[in-house]
Amino acid sequence: MTRLSPCSSNSIADMFKIIFRLGISLAWALACVGAFAAEALPASDDPALEARVMKISNELRCLVCQNETIAASHAELAVDLRRQVREMLQNGQNEQQVVDYMTARYGDFVLYRPPFKALTALLWIGPAVMVALGLGTLFVVLRRRSRLADEAFEPDDKDASSDPHLS
Amino acid sequence: MKHVRYLVPMGILLVLLYFLRAGLSLNPKEVPSPLIGKPAPEFSLPRLDQPEQRISRDDMRGQVWMLNVWASWCVACRQEHPLLIQYAKQSKVPIYGLNYKDERAAGMKWLADFGNPYIASISDRDGRVGIDFGVYGVPETFVIDREGVIRYKQIGPLTPEVLRDTIEPLLKQLNS
Repeated sequence: MTRLSPCSSNSIADMFKIIFRLGISLAWALACVGAFAAEALPASDDPALEARVMKISNELRCLVCQNETIAASHAELAVDLRRQVREMLQNGQNEQQVVDYMTARYGDFVLYRPPFKALTALLWIGPAVMVALGLGTLFVVLRRRSRLADEAFEPDDKDASSDPHLS
Repeated sequence: MKHVRYLVPMGILLVLLYFLRAGLSLNPKEVPSPLIGKPAPEFSLPRLDQPEQRISRDDMRGQVWMLNVWASWCVACRQEHPLLIQYAKQSKVPIYGLNYKDERAAGMKWLADFGNPYIASISDRDGRVGIDFGVYGVPETFVIDREGVIRYKQIGPLTPEVLRDTIEPLLKQLNS
Protein backbone atom coordinates (compact mmCIF):
# COMPACT_ATOMS: atom_id res chain seq x y z
CA MET A 1 0.00 0.00 0.00
CA THR A 2 1.38 3.40 -0.79
CA ARG A 3 0.90 5.85 2.01
CA LEU A 4 0.56 9.57 1.70
CA SER A 5 3.40 11.26 3.43
CA PRO A 6 2.45 14.46 5.22
CA CYS A 7 5.18 16.45 3.51
CA SER A 8 5.06 15.10 0.00
CA SER A 9 6.48 17.35 -2.65
CA ASN A 10 4.10 16.09 -5.30
CA SER A 11 0.84 17.37 -3.93
CA ILE A 12 -1.15 17.23 -7.18
CA ALA A 13 -0.35 13.57 -7.62
CA ASP A 14 -1.40 13.09 -3.98
CA MET A 15 -4.66 14.83 -4.66
CA PHE A 16 -5.37 12.54 -7.59
CA LYS A 17 -4.57 9.57 -5.40
CA ILE A 18 -7.09 10.79 -2.87
CA ILE A 19 -9.73 11.33 -5.55
CA PHE A 20 -8.95 7.89 -6.94
CA ARG A 21 -9.43 6.31 -3.49
CA LEU A 22 -12.68 8.17 -2.99
CA GLY A 23 -13.81 6.81 -6.34
CA ILE A 24 -12.97 3.28 -5.27
CA SER A 25 -14.85 3.72 -2.00
CA LEU A 26 -17.82 5.05 -3.89
CA ALA A 27 -17.74 2.11 -6.27
CA TRP A 28 -17.74 -0.22 -3.28
CA ALA A 29 -20.63 1.61 -1.72
CA LEU A 30 -22.61 1.42 -4.94
CA ALA A 31 -21.84 -2.26 -5.36
CA CYS A 32 -23.20 -2.81 -1.87
CA VAL A 33 -26.28 -0.72 -2.49
CA GLY A 34 -26.93 -2.83 -5.57
CA ALA A 35 -27.98 -5.59 -3.23
CA PHE A 36 -31.18 -4.09 -1.96
CA ALA A 37 -31.71 -3.79 1.76
CA ALA A 38 -34.50 -6.33 1.97
CA GLU A 39 -33.50 -9.13 4.29
CA ALA A 40 -32.74 -12.50 2.78
CA LEU A 41 -35.35 -15.21 2.94
CA PRO A 42 -35.04 -17.54 5.88
CA ALA A 43 -33.62 -20.91 4.98
CA SER A 44 -35.28 -23.12 7.56
CA ASP A 45 -38.86 -23.73 8.61
CA ASP A 46 -38.31 -23.07 12.28
CA PRO A 47 -39.30 -19.43 12.94
CA ALA A 48 -37.85 -19.45 16.45
CA LEU A 49 -34.48 -20.60 15.15
CA GLU A 50 -34.61 -18.09 12.29
CA ALA A 51 -35.35 -15.32 14.79
CA ARG A 52 -32.27 -16.24 16.79
CA VAL A 53 -30.17 -16.42 13.62
CA MET A 54 -31.35 -12.96 12.63
CA LYS A 55 -30.79 -11.57 16.13
CA ILE A 56 -27.15 -12.67 16.10
CA SER A 57 -26.70 -11.75 12.44
CA ASN A 58 -27.87 -8.24 13.21
CA GLU A 59 -24.92 -7.85 15.57
CA LEU A 60 -22.35 -8.98 13.04
CA ARG A 61 -20.77 -6.87 10.36
CA CYS A 62 -20.47 -8.18 6.84
CA LEU A 63 -16.85 -7.81 5.76
CA VAL A 64 -17.69 -7.49 2.11
CA CYS A 65 -20.18 -4.64 2.44
CA GLN A 66 -18.79 -3.19 5.61
CA ASN A 67 -21.69 -1.02 6.62
CA GLU A 68 -24.18 -3.84 6.46
CA THR A 69 -24.92 -6.53 8.97
CA ILE A 70 -24.72 -10.11 7.80
CA ALA A 71 -28.48 -10.18 8.38
CA ALA A 72 -29.07 -7.46 5.79
CA SER A 73 -26.31 -8.15 3.31
CA HIS A 74 -26.80 -10.14 0.15
CA ALA A 75 -23.10 -10.71 -0.28
CA GLU A 76 -22.28 -14.37 -0.67
CA LEU A 77 -20.10 -14.33 2.39
CA ALA A 78 -23.01 -13.01 4.46
CA VAL A 79 -25.21 -15.84 3.19
CA ASP A 80 -22.53 -18.34 4.16
CA LEU A 81 -22.04 -16.79 7.58
CA ARG A 82 -25.79 -16.86 8.26
CA ARG A 83 -25.75 -20.52 7.31
CA GLN A 84 -22.87 -21.02 9.73
CA VAL A 85 -24.77 -19.24 12.52
CA ARG A 86 -27.86 -21.35 11.81
CA GLU A 87 -25.92 -24.60 11.92
CA MET A 88 -24.16 -23.71 15.13
CA LEU A 89 -27.47 -22.89 16.81
CA GLN A 90 -29.01 -26.07 15.47
CA ASN A 91 -26.13 -27.97 17.03
CA GLY A 92 -27.08 -26.49 20.37
CA GLN A 93 -24.33 -23.90 20.64
CA ASN A 94 -25.23 -20.66 22.37
CA GLU A 95 -24.96 -17.11 21.12
CA GLN A 96 -21.69 -16.41 22.89
CA GLN A 97 -20.11 -19.40 21.16
CA VAL A 98 -21.28 -18.09 17.78
CA VAL A 99 -19.85 -14.65 18.49
CA ASP A 100 -16.56 -16.19 19.67
CA TYR A 101 -16.42 -18.26 16.50
CA MET A 102 -16.80 -15.16 14.34
CA THR A 103 -14.29 -13.02 16.25
CA ALA A 104 -11.74 -15.85 16.21
CA ARG A 105 -11.81 -15.67 12.41
CA TYR A 106 -12.55 -12.07 11.58
CA GLY A 107 -11.57 -10.16 14.72
CA ASP A 108 -13.51 -7.66 16.82
CA PHE A 109 -14.21 -5.76 13.63
CA VAL A 110 -17.19 -8.01 12.90
CA LEU A 111 -18.90 -6.93 16.09
CA TYR A 112 -21.08 -3.85 15.89
CA ARG A 113 -20.58 -3.60 19.65
CA PRO A 114 -16.92 -4.44 20.13
CA PRO A 115 -15.75 -5.37 23.65
CA PHE A 116 -14.05 -2.74 25.76
CA LYS A 117 -10.32 -3.35 25.87
CA ALA A 118 -7.06 -1.51 25.39
CA LEU A 119 -7.34 -1.56 21.61
CA THR A 120 -10.93 -0.30 21.56
CA ALA A 121 -10.72 2.07 24.55
CA LEU A 122 -10.33 5.14 22.34
CA LEU A 123 -13.36 4.08 20.33
CA TRP A 124 -15.52 3.82 23.41
CA ILE A 125 -14.34 6.76 25.53
CA GLY A 126 -13.18 9.01 22.67
CA PRO A 127 -16.54 10.77 22.16
CA ALA A 128 -16.99 11.32 25.92
CA VAL A 129 -13.46 12.74 26.16
CA MET A 130 -14.17 15.12 23.27
CA VAL A 131 -17.40 16.34 24.87
CA ALA A 132 -15.63 16.81 28.21
CA LEU A 133 -12.84 18.77 26.52
CA GLY A 134 -15.37 20.96 24.73
CA LEU A 135 -17.38 21.66 27.85
CA GLY A 136 -14.21 22.30 29.85
CA THR A 137 -12.98 24.81 27.26
CA LEU A 138 -16.37 26.52 27.19
CA PHE A 139 -16.40 26.73 30.98
CA VAL A 140 -12.90 28.22 31.20
CA VAL A 141 -13.60 30.76 28.44
CA LEU A 142 -16.91 31.86 29.94
CA ARG A 143 -15.43 32.22 33.39
CA ARG A 144 -12.54 34.29 32.11
CA ARG A 145 -14.90 36.54 30.20
CA SER A 146 -17.20 37.02 33.15
CA ARG A 147 -14.27 38.30 35.17
CA LEU A 148 -13.29 40.90 32.58
CA ALA A 149 -14.24 44.49 33.15
CA ASP A 150 -16.95 46.02 30.96
CA GLU A 151 -14.38 48.03 29.01
CA ALA A 152 -12.94 44.85 27.60
CA PHE A 153 -16.04 44.28 25.46
CA GLU A 154 -17.18 46.14 22.44
CA PRO A 155 -20.44 47.93 23.02
CA ASP A 156 -23.68 46.33 21.87
CA ASP A 157 -25.53 47.84 18.93
CA LYS A 158 -28.19 49.43 21.07
CA ASP A 159 -25.46 51.33 22.91
CA ALA A 160 -24.06 52.61 19.65
CA SER A 161 -25.78 56.00 20.02
CA SER A 162 -24.08 56.54 23.34
CA ASP A 163 -20.68 55.68 21.93
CA PRO A 164 -18.55 58.80 22.36
CA HIS A 165 -16.65 58.03 19.16
CA LEU A 166 -19.78 58.27 17.06
CA SER A 167 -21.36 61.34 18.49
CA MET B 1 2.64 37.38 22.30
CA LYS B 2 -0.98 38.38 21.94
CA HIS B 3 -1.12 36.88 18.47
CA VAL B 4 -0.15 33.45 19.72
CA ARG B 5 -3.71 32.72 20.74
CA TYR B 6 -4.85 33.04 17.15
CA LEU B 7 -2.56 30.17 16.31
CA VAL B 8 -4.54 27.82 18.52
CA PRO B 9 -7.53 27.34 16.18
CA MET B 10 -5.07 27.08 13.32
CA GLY B 11 -3.22 24.36 15.17
CA ILE B 12 -6.45 22.46 15.88
CA LEU B 13 -7.38 22.73 12.22
CA LEU B 14 -4.02 21.36 11.16
CA VAL B 15 -4.35 18.42 13.54
CA LEU B 16 -7.83 17.68 12.18
CA LEU B 17 -6.57 17.92 8.60
CA TYR B 18 -3.74 15.57 9.43
CA PHE B 19 -6.16 12.97 10.77
CA LEU B 20 -8.49 13.41 7.79
CA ARG B 21 -5.61 12.86 5.44
CA ALA B 22 -4.34 9.87 7.39
CA GLY B 23 -7.87 8.46 7.32
CA LEU B 24 -8.03 8.78 3.56
CA SER B 25 -4.80 6.87 3.12
CA LEU B 26 -6.02 3.93 5.19
CA ASN B 27 -7.76 1.13 3.39
CA PRO B 28 -10.88 0.08 5.30
CA LYS B 29 -11.04 -3.09 3.23
CA GLU B 30 -7.95 -4.35 5.01
CA VAL B 31 -9.08 -5.74 8.31
CA PRO B 32 -6.22 -7.09 10.42
CA SER B 33 -6.63 -10.84 10.84
CA PRO B 34 -6.73 -12.28 14.35
CA LEU B 35 -5.28 -15.48 12.86
CA ILE B 36 -1.74 -14.12 12.51
CA GLY B 37 0.47 -16.06 14.92
CA LYS B 38 -2.17 -18.73 15.39
CA PRO B 39 -2.13 -22.27 14.00
CA ALA B 40 -3.73 -22.56 10.59
CA PRO B 41 -7.22 -24.02 10.85
CA GLU B 42 -7.57 -27.70 10.21
CA PHE B 43 -8.82 -28.74 6.81
CA SER B 44 -8.99 -31.77 4.61
CA LEU B 45 -10.16 -31.02 1.09
CA PRO B 46 -10.13 -32.78 -2.28
CA ARG B 47 -7.62 -31.74 -4.88
CA LEU B 48 -9.10 -29.73 -7.68
CA ASP B 49 -7.48 -31.79 -10.41
CA GLN B 50 -7.82 -35.16 -8.65
CA PRO B 51 -10.90 -35.04 -6.43
CA GLU B 52 -10.29 -38.53 -5.11
CA GLN B 53 -7.12 -37.29 -3.42
CA ARG B 54 -7.36 -35.14 -0.34
CA ILE B 55 -4.90 -32.69 1.12
CA SER B 56 -5.03 -31.83 4.79
CA ARG B 57 -3.36 -29.25 6.96
CA ASP B 58 -1.08 -31.79 8.55
CA ASP B 59 0.30 -32.89 5.17
CA MET B 60 2.01 -29.50 5.09
CA ARG B 61 3.86 -29.89 8.38
CA GLY B 62 7.58 -29.31 8.26
CA GLN B 63 7.63 -26.89 5.34
CA VAL B 64 7.09 -23.21 4.92
CA TRP B 65 4.33 -22.79 2.37
CA MET B 66 2.02 -20.26 0.86
CA LEU B 67 -1.72 -20.62 0.48
CA ASN B 68 -3.30 -18.48 -2.21
CA VAL B 69 -7.09 -18.21 -2.18
CA TRP B 70 -8.48 -17.86 -5.69
CA ALA B 71 -11.58 -18.40 -7.77
CA SER B 72 -12.41 -18.34 -11.46
CA TRP B 73 -15.08 -15.68 -10.80
CA CYS B 74 -12.59 -13.40 -9.06
CA VAL B 75 -11.46 -10.53 -11.24
CA ALA B 76 -8.61 -9.41 -9.02
CA CYS B 77 -7.23 -12.97 -9.09
CA ARG B 78 -6.73 -12.64 -12.81
CA GLN B 79 -4.84 -9.45 -12.24
CA GLU B 80 -2.64 -11.13 -9.64
CA HIS B 81 -2.11 -14.31 -11.60
CA PRO B 82 0.87 -13.44 -13.85
CA LEU B 83 2.84 -12.35 -10.80
CA LEU B 84 2.04 -15.58 -9.03
CA ILE B 85 3.15 -17.61 -12.03
CA GLN B 86 6.35 -15.67 -12.27
CA TYR B 87 6.97 -16.09 -8.57
CA ALA B 88 6.25 -19.82 -8.68
CA LYS B 89 8.95 -20.21 -11.36
CA GLN B 90 11.54 -18.92 -8.90
CA SER B 91 10.39 -21.75 -6.59
CA LYS B 92 11.26 -19.94 -3.40
CA VAL B 93 8.25 -21.35 -1.64
CA PRO B 94 5.68 -24.02 -2.48
CA ILE B 95 2.44 -22.30 -3.42
CA TYR B 96 -0.84 -24.10 -2.88
CA GLY B 97 -4.17 -22.83 -4.10
CA LEU B 98 -7.47 -22.78 -2.30
CA ASN B 99 -10.13 -22.73 -4.98
CA TYR B 100 -12.80 -20.85 -3.09
CA LYS B 101 -16.51 -21.29 -3.79
CA ASP B 102 -15.94 -22.28 -7.37
CA GLU B 103 -17.13 -24.88 -9.84
CA ARG B 104 -14.54 -27.55 -10.47
CA ALA B 105 -14.82 -27.27 -14.27
CA ALA B 106 -14.56 -23.49 -14.17
CA GLY B 107 -11.54 -23.67 -11.90
CA MET B 108 -9.78 -26.23 -14.13
CA LYS B 109 -10.47 -24.16 -17.21
CA TRP B 110 -9.13 -21.06 -15.51
CA LEU B 111 -5.85 -22.82 -14.71
CA ALA B 112 -5.66 -24.18 -18.26
CA ASP B 113 -6.26 -20.71 -19.72
CA PHE B 114 -4.03 -18.62 -17.49
CA GLY B 115 -1.43 -21.12 -16.26
CA ASN B 116 -1.05 -23.01 -13.03
CA PRO B 117 1.37 -21.65 -10.43
CA TYR B 118 0.24 -24.08 -7.75
CA ILE B 119 1.80 -27.32 -6.56
CA ALA B 120 -1.83 -28.27 -6.08
CA SER B 121 -5.15 -26.54 -5.62
CA ILE B 122 -7.69 -27.78 -3.14
CA SER B 123 -11.36 -27.32 -3.69
CA ASP B 124 -13.39 -25.44 -1.09
CA ARG B 125 -16.71 -25.76 -2.84
CA ASP B 126 -18.96 -24.38 -0.09
CA GLY B 127 -16.48 -21.92 1.37
CA ARG B 128 -16.27 -23.42 4.84
CA VAL B 129 -12.50 -23.67 4.97
CA GLY B 130 -12.44 -20.13 3.63
CA ILE B 131 -14.47 -19.01 6.62
CA ASP B 132 -12.08 -20.85 8.94
CA PHE B 133 -9.24 -18.90 7.36
CA GLY B 134 -11.19 -15.67 7.79
CA VAL B 135 -11.37 -15.15 4.04
CA TYR B 136 -13.60 -12.27 2.96
CA GLY B 137 -12.00 -10.79 -0.12
CA VAL B 138 -10.47 -13.04 -2.73
CA PRO B 139 -7.61 -13.16 -3.57
CA GLU B 140 -5.96 -13.64 -0.22
CA THR B 141 -2.57 -15.14 0.48
CA PHE B 142 -1.27 -16.74 3.65
CA VAL B 143 2.29 -17.59 4.60
CA ILE B 144 2.38 -20.59 6.92
CA ASP B 145 5.48 -21.79 8.75
CA ARG B 146 6.87 -25.24 9.49
CA GLU B 147 4.82 -25.62 12.62
CA GLY B 148 1.65 -24.76 10.74
CA VAL B 149 1.35 -21.26 12.20
CA ILE B 150 -0.02 -18.45 10.01
CA ARG B 151 2.66 -15.78 9.81
CA TYR B 152 1.29 -13.38 7.25
CA LYS B 153 -1.91 -12.64 5.43
CA GLN B 154 -2.27 -10.56 2.30
CA ILE B 155 -5.77 -9.32 1.58
CA GLY B 156 -6.28 -8.59 -2.08
CA PRO B 157 -3.82 -9.17 -4.90
CA LEU B 158 -0.13 -9.65 -4.20
CA THR B 159 2.10 -6.99 -5.64
CA PRO B 160 5.80 -7.14 -6.53
CA GLU B 161 6.42 -4.74 -3.63
CA VAL B 162 4.68 -6.97 -1.09
CA LEU B 163 6.59 -10.00 -2.33
CA ARG B 164 9.91 -8.19 -2.24
CA ASP B 165 9.55 -6.14 0.93
CA THR B 166 7.40 -8.32 3.15
CA ILE B 167 7.10 -11.91 2.03
CA GLU B 168 10.69 -12.56 0.93
CA PRO B 169 12.27 -11.38 4.18
CA LEU B 170 9.68 -13.37 6.10
CA LEU B 171 10.44 -16.52 4.08
CA LYS B 172 14.16 -16.06 4.69
CA GLN B 173 13.54 -15.74 8.39
CA LEU B 174 11.22 -18.75 8.49
CA ASN B 175 13.52 -20.97 6.42
CA SER B 176 16.68 -20.18 8.34
